[in-house]
Amino acid sequence: MADLTVDCVNQTCPIPLVETRKAIIAAKKGQTIEIIGTHPASKKEIPMAAEAMKLKLLKITENNGVWHITLQK
Amino acid sequence: MYGTSRYRNKMAKATIILHSGDLDKIYSALIIGNGALAMGMGCSIYFTFWGLQRLRKGKLSGGPLSKMNLLGLGALLVKQRMKKANVASLERLMKDYRELGGKVIACEMTMEIMGLKRKDLDESLITEYGAVGTYINEARYSDITLFI
Repeated sequence: MADLTVDCVNQTCPIPLVETRKAIIAAKKGQTIEIIGTHPASKKEIPMAAEAMKLKLLKITENNGVWHITLQK
Repeated sequence: MYGTSRYRNKMAKATIILHSGDLDKIYSALIIGNGALAMGMGCSIYFTFWGLQRLRKGKLSGGPLSKMNLLGLGALLVKQRMKKANVASLERLMKDYRELGGKVIACEMTMEIMGLKRKDLDESLITEYGAVGTYINEARYSDITLFI
């Protein structure tokens, strides 16, 4: 279970990125953030943002169009 | 902030001039601005000419929709489509943009030309007032700069 959860199901660009960024700001170093969404481009772009901000990408899974991304600050 | 700029000792940054007041263009500017902030960059949007009109009290959304206007029908249609696609409102995008540290700069020269006073604008949206020198001074150290 992640320390913070961001639910972006049915949200479109740029909300998943924006809500992820808010959670990254709110998280303490070492905490994990799980983002759940359905917007296909965000599944690719959230890991890009994580890399740019030097966050660790722990896990990506997808089932029936719903993806889960776990990051660590 | 995280992003590394190609300019030494500077935070990675996007600087956008919003010259147009068209609904679709302001959407573009705020979506790109939010994207830059979300990906760890800083961002400034300079509202000038028709773009500045969007900072007048109560004028952020509404009004003409660029070339697809069709006597107002185009704007209505696109707004309906946007709602169906669950696109965020301009008010929401502006709120997120400010919350993530985005700067909104109102062009003072446009204010003079259009006879606008600070009290005519929604001052709660504006971070600072500036002219071309302010823009150049930021743009010269920006990794992305756009004119919309």
